[in-house]
Amino acid sequence: MREWPLWEVFVRSRRGLSHVHVGSLHAPDAEMALRNARDLYTRRQEGVSLWVVPAAEIVASTPDQGAAFFDPADDKVYRHPTFYDVPEGVEHL
Amino acid sequence: MASVYGNDFGARAETSSDEPQSFLDLLAGEGRVEPRDEMPDAYRRTLVRQIAQHAHSEIIGMQPEGNWISRAPSLRRKAILMAKVQDEAGHGLYLYAAAETLGVDRADLLDQLHDGRQKYSSIFNYPTLTWADVGAIGWLVDGAAIVNQVPLCRCSYGPYARAMVRVCKEESFHQRQGFEILHTLSHGTPAQRAMAQDAVDRYWWPSLMMFGPPDDDSPNSAQSMAWGIKRFSNDDLRQRFVDMTVPQAEALGLTLPDPEIRWNEERGHYDFGEVDFTELFEVIKGHGPCNAQRMSHRVRAHEDGAWAREAASAYAQKQAQKQAEKQLVRTEGAA
Ligand SMILES: [Fe+2]
Ligand SMILES: [Fe+2]
Repeated sequence: MREWPLWEVFVRSRRGLSHVHVGSLHAPDAEMALRNARDLYTRRQEGVSLWVVPAAEIVASTPDQGAAFFDPADDKVYRHPTFYDVPEGVEHL
Repeated sequence: MASVYGNDFGARAETSSDEPQSFLDLLAGEGRVEPRDEMPDAYRRTLVRQIAQHAHSEIIGMQPEGNWISRAPSLRRKAILMAKVQDEAGHGLYLYAAAETLGVDRADLLDQLHDGRQKYSSIFNYPTLTWADVGAIGWLVDGAAIVNQVPLCRCSYGPYARAMVRVCKEESFHQRQGFEILHTLSHGTPAQRAMAQDAVDRYWWPSLMMFGPPDDDSPNSAQSMAWGIKRFSNDDLRQRFVDMTVPQAEALGLTLPDPEIRWNEERGHYDFGEVDFTELFEVIKGHGPCNAQRMSHRVRAHEDGAWAREAASAYAQKQAQKQAEKQLVRTEGAA
């Protein structure tokens, strides 16, 4: 068990929705990871589809680069519809 | 160091002097700390210990009830009890996964449980002598656990809080099935009724102890509250539990073994007698009725499972090797 890799588990709760991260588990291989994920995270019909992803394969942004990494979006309020003035009486815009 | 569900208490309080500004800002804004954020070492250590001990409590907690699976009085009760015990295993796993986000290894945490360096809730060191005990555990022990765990859904550490949301959703059936068992017994034959009363008599005080020592004797609480791990004091949670439970006992037609329980109009709460915390500390020290039995059973189960873990590893290795060979044949064929 000590050397079993960590898998991140994603569940699609019903058709039409995306898979959402629910937690993680250890398993020796992908097949066991899927079975364990079923037993651990869908005991009450929480899902219609499961993904398991080796945690080591996930590439993540780091929190300390966070502010700088996301700040290109900070000064672009014009990307939101509320930025624009709409004359009185104009509808469906 | 000892712990109850979602609680951390002991002689040595962890404090920290050097807290990163980003961490303080998060706490001040009621934000959540996530695994890769900067956090004080003492905060990390406290969380690892608390979450691990919480996880250990869940899996050790399978034993007293597991004891009755093969003797459940009907197929319905047996199916329910199996589902409940399986849930507790799941709670343990959610929590070990949450602890691992802090950079520790589940296998190491289990080693620490097995060699006694880490504790589990002392409530599971009491025996389940009759079927009614299964009812009392569901109603009182899971009930107390719920009161402790609900505020942890808002804990400052994201993965712990999220694990608690899952756990709390599952707990409510645990409490109801226990209540139902006791309700059935207390409305049954005189012998069944007596069995239900006896179980409540034995489990009432230990359940109150699950909230930990009184506030003035709870050195870690202030720091835990400052860090947003703990939201309410031990005594507040204990009072909440008593207020919830007294009317339920009336509905069961059973008495709680405390002559001092009475409604206090002025406080708007039930008064209750003093908890004997010397018993709690004795059980924590290892002198409870079942400490040795729980640990030896746990260690044996772990050792007996070694072959299954080894077989799974060997199978995975073999499959990976086969896959690699196939890959090799394909690349050579293409060349
Ligand atoms: Fe639980
Ligand atoms: Fe439970």
